[in-house]
Amino acid sequence: MVSASQSAAPAAAPMTGEQRKWDIDPVLTVEHLTMRFGGLVAVNDLSFNVGRGDITALIGPNGAGKTTVFNCVTGFYKPTEGRTVMRHGAGLLQDMVDEVTAGGLRSIRDGDKAVFLLERMPDFEISQFARVARTFQNIRLFGGMTVLENLMVAQHNTLMTASIYTIGGLIGLPGYRVAEKAAKEKAVYWLERTRLIERADDPAADLPYGDQRRLEIARAMCTEPHLLCLDEPAAGLNPRESAELNELLQFIRAEHATSILLIEHDMGVVMEISDHVVVLDYGVKIADGDAIQVKNDPKVIAAYLGVDDEAEIDIPEVRKDLEEVEQAASDEGSAS
Amino acid sequence: MAAGTPTAPTASNRPQGAQRALEERGDMPPAADHRTSMAGSLRDAATAAFLVFVLGFFFLGVRSDIAPGGLTLTFRWGLLAIAVAIVFGARLLLNIFVFRTARPLTQRMGGAISAQGRAFPNLGKWLGRALFAFAVILPFFFTYFFPGRERQYIDLAILIMTYIMLGWGLNIVVGLAGLLDLGYVAFYAVGAYSFALLAQHFEFIGFWTALPLAGLLAAFWGIILGFPVLRLRGDYLAIVTLAFGEIIRVVLLNWYEFTGGPDGISGIPKPTFFGLEFVRGEGGFADFFGIPFHNIHRFIYLYYIIFILAIITNLVTLRLRKMPVGRAWEALREDEIACRSLGINTTNTKLTAFALGAMFGGFAGSFFATRQGFISPESFTFLESAIILAIVVLGGLGSQIGVVISSIVMIGGIELLRNLGFLSQIFGPNFEPTQYRMLIFGIAMVLIMVWKPRGLVSTREPTAVLKEKKRIGADMVAQGEGH
Repeated sequence: MVSASQSAAPAAAPMTGEQRKWDIDPVLTVEHLTMRFGGLVAVNDLSFNVGRGDITALIGPNGAGKTTVFNCVTGFYKPTEGRTVMRHGAGLLQDMVDEVTAGGLRSIRDGDKAVFLLERMPDFEISQFARVARTFQNIRLFGGMTVLENLMVAQHNTLMTASIYTIGGLIGLPGYRVAEKAAKEKAVYWLERTRLIERADDPAADLPYGDQRRLEIARAMCTEPHLLCLDEPAAGLNPRESAELNELLQFIRAEHATSILLIEHDMGVVMEISDHVVVLDYGVKIADGDAIQVKNDPKVIAAYLGVDDEAEIDIPEVRKDLEEVEQAASDEGSAS
Repeated sequence: MAAGTPTAPTASNRPQGAQRALEERGDMPPAADHRTSMAGSLRDAATAAFLVFVLGFFFLGVRSDIAPGGLTLTFRWGLLAIAVAIVFGARLLLNIFVFRTARPLTQRMGGAISAQGRAFPNLGKWLGRALFAFAVILPFFFTYFFPGRERQYIDLAILIMTYIMLGWGLNIVVGLAGLLDLGYVAFYAVGAYSFALLAQHFEFIGFWTALPLAGLLAAFWGIILGFPVLRLRGDYLAIVTLAFGEIIRVVLLNWYEFTGGPDGISGIPKPTFFGLEFVRGEGGFADFFGIPFHNIHRFIYLYYIIFILAIITNLVTLRLRKMPVGRAWEALREDEIACRSLGINTTNTKLTAFALGAMFGGFAGSFFATRQGFISPESFTFLESAIILAIVVLGGLGSQIGVVISSIVMIGGIELLRNLGFLSQIFGPNFEPTQYRMLIFGIAMVLIMVWKPRGLVSTREPTAVLKEKKRIGADMVAQGEGH
């Protein structure tokens, strides 16, 4: 919902009034997404765009519904209402989106371009065809398999095709051997990028926490995603590891045709690398803009960053509230 | 039990039961030196012996016999005293060596076994080769060295080989895909009955034509079972597979017009060697090759059939492990949600595991039918499923050589007890060792599980290696659903 996002953005923002990059060329569009669990509304009428080639951050206080949005996008939940459109190919592709929606289809393909309605697809097809990969808040590696095996499993569908659904591989066709070699090379590429190459033959459960986080990203990247969804990738990392993660994410964006959507609590990471920040609170979007806009948004500060720091309280409304509270406190003090 | 939680490292794995016993022994003072004292051990053993006396008084001490004029009670004090003494002695020994010492014997032995394993990293490989070489020459070994008893030994080898094949088949489902299947015998039954019924109704169908059909039918039933259990996890999966095994058996038992019910099916044809039957006289195997007829030829031939079938099962499994589908099975065992996030169709992956495991079960089943010549539902009880599963679990989930060792130990061990005639010279003429085989079997299983909780061969071999192949310890590997 463009209008909502723009009304939320402060008036002084430099890009107000003009179309922003992520609204012109979105890789993912979430429209009126609502997710109810019984009586609880976890996400309420949420709309936002993820720009192609952008790093988009989804932030908000605990329980704001960020992970629910992720689970809806990646098919682990079926949203109660709403549409999520994944696009391969530049532009809005509005004709194709309309056609696939009206036709009751899951996806439509036209040459290089394709449009997927994620809420209609089962989770594994979202990864396989729509090419949305994800990581998990509580790391989900294959602990008893080696680091290399983890990355080979991620290339399951490619290898499955190359082995002619196992039959070709079983009788030892050369095509499978070539594909397996290529898969290993790709795994080695990502292991080098994530500096895990030395640990390639160790079980994944043996790795330290920070390495496991990077391995999960490497594994997701081995599926060659168009959109990479990272659920709190910097959680539990020390400042040095956090900085390395920033570098890795920026490398992924720069060198691969992969857009990134991430949930993050670490404001250092968010502010430094994101092109676009969407702020959720109680399942509702309260701000949408670039990092600077969001940082200065009074609603965001009130809801998320808090008003604990004296220096931060430069917003008239907040100051007014605070003065009232102080006034009330002093009145009470004098009364007693 | 839970898929994601790794168990404690093996070195510190103390027997659960012992630990619990230590914790629950509330009357004992908590201090370590008191706990390990001799007096405490004696008191504990005495308590156990007293409990046995109280319980055993009614079960062992008193015996009611029907006599003219009503029941008479005879008291067997001697037997009761022996039972009490055994418990007292065993408990005391356990206390001294396991429960109440700083370094339990079980821990030391477990450590020693692990150390042996580390000292010979290629032990499994060489053991596998040696066993394979022996298996190839086995029939000739027995005919040469044990003339007169070779039929018995080759028969036993056939039986063990059947269980090895069943264990390998089940290993795909339980060990690799991590789906606990308590009804595996159903597929064994489907294979056996497919062949028996086909042979009964169609004159031209022999063992070799029925074999692939039996495998296909069993695989089909594997998929049929697979569908309802796709969404089930943990205990529910185990219960439904258990029920499936029973359903098949009960249907076979009650569908009298089709399966012959409890009468079974007899006259199942024997396998032929490229059309040559193993019969005396004109046109038989012996006649064709110009060797004197001997009954043993058919047994040797049967042995080689099941040997080759088992080896095919093993090779296919080993090969599949290194293929995307095999890796997907193992990934499924480790974390199903992560699998789906990587675009793996978990439905198909589970179904292929069930179908493939069932297919090998079906092959083994039709071999069983042709070997016996007669089948009835009695051969396909839950106990069979339990034995096959025990073979896989004792051998170590996912380990191929482990299945071989535990099959030899369990099936061979049980059969060995039949031949312990000399024991009756010690314990008197009424002593029948086979009566105790289930007891010994149970004790052996408990002991192995105490020492090696994850089976005899508990390490996992990686399927893809970059530089150096490192075996993965059991504490890292998840067990999947239903364990």
